[in-house]
Amino acid sequence: MSEQDVTEVTVTVNGTEIEAQSGEMLIAAADRAGVHIPRFCYHERMSSVGMCRMCLVDVDTGRGPMLQPSCMVPVSEGMIVDTESDDTKRAQEGILEFLLVNHPLDCPVCDKGGECPLQDQTLAYGPGESRFIEEKRHYEKPIPISDLVHLDRERCILCDRCTRFADEIAGDPLIQFTERGNSTQVLTFPDEPFSSYFSGNTVQICPVGALTAAPYRFKARPWDLEENESTCTTCSMGCRISVQSSRNELVRYLGVDVESVNHGWLCDKGRFNFEAVNSDERLTSPFVRDPDNQRQLLGTDWGSALASSAEAIRRAGPQKVGIIGGSRLTNEDAYAWSKFARSVIGTDNVDAQLGDGLPAELVLGLPPATIADACEADTVLVIGPDLKEELAILHLRLRGAATKGRTQVVQIGAATTGSDSYAQRSIRCQTGEAAKTLSELLSSDDPLAKQLSDGSVVVILGRSSVAESVDPAVATAAVIQAELPHATFLVAVRRGNVRGALDMGLAPGFLPGRTRISNPSASLTEKWKQIPEKSGLGTSEMLQAAAAGQIETLILLGADPLSDFPDRNLAADAIQKTKTVIAIDNFATSSVAQADIVLPATAYGEQSGTTTNIEGRISRVAQKITSPGSTRDDWMIATELAWRLGGDLELTSKEDIWREIEQVAPSHAGITLERVQSSEMFEGILVQQSSIDLALPVPKDTPVADGYGLRLISGRKLWDAATTTEQSPSLRHLAESPSIKVHPNDLQRLGIPSGTEVRVISTRATENLTVTADDNVQRGTAILPFNQPGVGANRFIDATAVINDIRIETL
Amino acid sequence: MTFFTDENLALAEEIIGRYPKPRSAMIPLLHLAQEQEGWVTDDAMTQIGELVGTTSAEVLGTCSFYEMFKRHPVGKYVINICTTMSCALMGAGDLMKHAESRLNVKSGSTTPDGLFTLEGAECQAACTEAPCLQVNYRHQYRVTTDQFDELIDELALSDHDVPDHGVLSQIRQHIPEDRSVGAVPPEDVKVAPVWFSEDGGS
Repeated sequence: MSEQDVTEVTVTVNGTEIEAQSGEMLIAAADRAGVHIPRFCYHERMSSVGMCRMCLVDVDTGRGPMLQPSCMVPVSEGMIVDTESDDTKRAQEGILEFLLVNHPLDCPVCDKGGECPLQDQTLAYGPGESRFIEEKRHYEKPIPISDLVHLDRERCILCDRCTRFADEIAGDPLIQFTERGNSTQVLTFPDEPFSSYFSGNTVQICPVGALTAAPYRFKARPWDLEENESTCTTCSMGCRISVQSSRNELVRYLGVDVESVNHGWLCDKGRFNFEAVNSDERLTSPFVRDPDNQRQLLGTDWGSALASSAEAIRRAGPQKVGIIGGSRLTNEDAYAWSKFARSVIGTDNVDAQLGDGLPAELVLGLPPATIADACEADTVLVIGPDLKEELAILHLRLRGAATKGRTQVVQIGAATTGSDSYAQRSIRCQTGEAAKTLSELLSSDDPLAKQLSDGSVVVILGRSSVAESVDPAVATAAVIQAELPHATFLVAVRRGNVRGALDMGLAPGFLPGRTRISNPSASLTEKWKQIPEKSGLGTSEMLQAAAAGQIETLILLGADPLSDFPDRNLAADAIQKTKTVIAIDNFATSSVAQADIVLPATAYGEQSGTTTNIEGRISRVAQKITSPGSTRDDWMIATELAWRLGGDLELTSKEDIWREIEQVAPSHAGITLERVQSSEMFEGILVQQSSIDLALPVPKDTPVADGYGLRLISGRKLWDAATTTEQSPSLRHLAESPSIKVHPNDLQRLGIPSGTEVRVISTRATENLTVTADDNVQRGTAILPFNQPGVGANRFIDATAVINDIRIETL
Repeated sequence: MTFFTDENLALAEEIIGRYPKPRSAMIPLLHLAQEQEGWVTDDAMTQIGELVGTTSAEVLGTCSFYEMFKRHPVGKYVINICTTMSCALMGAGDLMKHAESRLNVKSGSTTPDGLFTLEGAECQAACTEAPCLQVNYRHQYRVTTDQFDELIDELALSDHDVPDHGVLSQIRQHIPEDRSVGAVPPEDVKVAPVWFSEDGGS
């Protein structure tokens, strides 16, 4: 139904007239009017199926009252509905008696007990007792249907929510109703588990205890749980979640339905990585390098660790200090560090990105779009990462919009992606040549060119491969700016609060509030004691400088360059040559293990504040548990260090910091602390203005392939060796064992059979890896996902090259 | 996954081509798989999923809904004895007992030589001819115990015209060249189909 067909209709529900929209289902109209009709299968984010019959109500459309399922009956003018009639009550009692015929009454040992819709509705609407005295149906219970989800078929009431979700929303129909009649049961295909990235959502929407999540099974009872509404910062999507804890330990995250962002859904990585916060391997006290044995870190107290850190910073002087990282931080923490770097240390060598994102110029300067804009645009042009792997819930939103016909997704890239199945067109280009392919398309008579130039366009722009420099993405942005001036952008930088960190000035050349260092706001000049005059170094330049011995003290602010920077050799060289490396982190990552001073920080769930998502939406991060050991918030560490360097950040609480952000950051003016603490934060507060004029850097050209090598493509996967994944026992084994994928013809040309170990050679390294033939890989390219366990792709990558080529040889 | 023989794979492609959407060919392909193997194997379901562009789980969902798709090996001849009302009144119970002792298997199982699978079945729409049974879905009417023995002897000696379980010789659709319109999505159908025209399309 198109929008102009929607008309208001009046429906009488239990004697009260309510307004509803034609075409809307009765149950939804009643919900909005505050009349609750019991239900099991109906879910407002999925299509109605009328499976459970629990929502039967008396509906009179002029032919007398009849029992009808309110999730299947659209409202109509003059409809009279009684949700409390005797017939309705008898129907509800009957349905519940039927549902309980086979449902075991094992509530005392069921995880759902206490928050179970079947339990609750039986109490509210049920008959009180059952006439069924025969033996109930029995199945083996529970059976794992994936690594994360267990299925108890005895408890299942066949509402079709999980199977509908898997098919309609996730697009992974790996669970199905099988058999029929009394034997109907949800099952996977034998040996083909429900390994969807979104499987945890089925556990959340299951109206009984049939589906349970391995990380939460038997961990807590619902009435023991305390919860706080927060925002997931696993990636930059900013999905709203409810953080739940029991006995000061995080035990579960649930998705919260927010219209503008996640619609209640979460990816499994975000849903289950709370296990990392509870990990025994958390850093809980400071460490310093043992002066007598350089290979060992010694436990120490905060006083001496901070004193040595301050001394190292002072000794180096502003030009020889660098700060890398900050996307793990909340906006407030990021602001404190941004202020500390500029106002106290006097350096502009700060960068929240690890050389795997896009220049801050693009993130802050390109005309912005929201997620909702993308889902409503005539065309969404995706030139960047595989969204299913990197921004899984954005993939889900786009998939929903595309399958409902609201938008057309067009992709340009060198590799296949998880969006191929719903894209209107997936155009394969040469590695690093998306800009060229796009401009050829736009000047052709392809109908798509007209569609792009005439209709609304949202571009999702990012780095499709970490083995590519930023140049191809910059070139693409330039083509779009020139030829599709009406296009708006959703810049796909993926790491946690990277957007907020850039907003707070954790990027060389930028100050809080999306302003350039050359153009600070008046209130900022007043509050900050000094502002460096020249732009500093980004992560890549900082590491190069460090490798050349020009950086004396390097601060890793929740950053692990050895794993996340594209070029491991450079990162290793830099860390080794830097005199003092100060690491502020939650875990002893490979980079932290090399540091000279280690300061333990509080983790997610242990700190409050705000975060900013990919579209510039600010939402709340809530503290739920107390942090272990003597860990401290990142902003406190900044203020402590400032003190020891003879400065004062004049920040005493997170609230304080927000007040100052609101004053000094022009883009955040008017977003007062009161607003941030109000219910407005449920949907989040969108900040989209920017005060920079975009000056796109001139991109380097992609060098021509030499015909001998293969162009390396290194995208990210949802399951990888990320610290929070590795530290979550339920998730750590989900990453695939690494193998380099090549087109079968290329392998044949080299005379190498699939599945064998080969020597992979790049300008940076020579390593042995297993090679696999894959039809989906474009000829002339090789795919090796980034940051997987084992031999990492970052060993082969030269961060200064536009494209990295590799060669494969037999051993 | 390779389950279909080359010949059947070609036939499968042709069957898929008859439908605007490949998924619609799922049930015909399940029949084809059953014809090739006598029952529907997991490998068959996986390959069908690949051919029609869906997951094996969805093929399993459809396949398991239908009683006549067997997901475990069955005999060359599947004998269904009707156990519903009319047949029950006319001695289907005795017939079943006799069949069990003659074949020396319980209802629902297969003889060790792999020749016969014995099953009880719901009404076969031949109530006037009770008690009735089906061998590979071909009717036998008013079956006495003696006739049952005779039938088994004939089947064992292949002295009959019942094809092996799974063979679709009587229901395989054949579209004559002049009537085939190929696969046309419903929205693209602008004119009446040829067989609606006055001269019957000839």
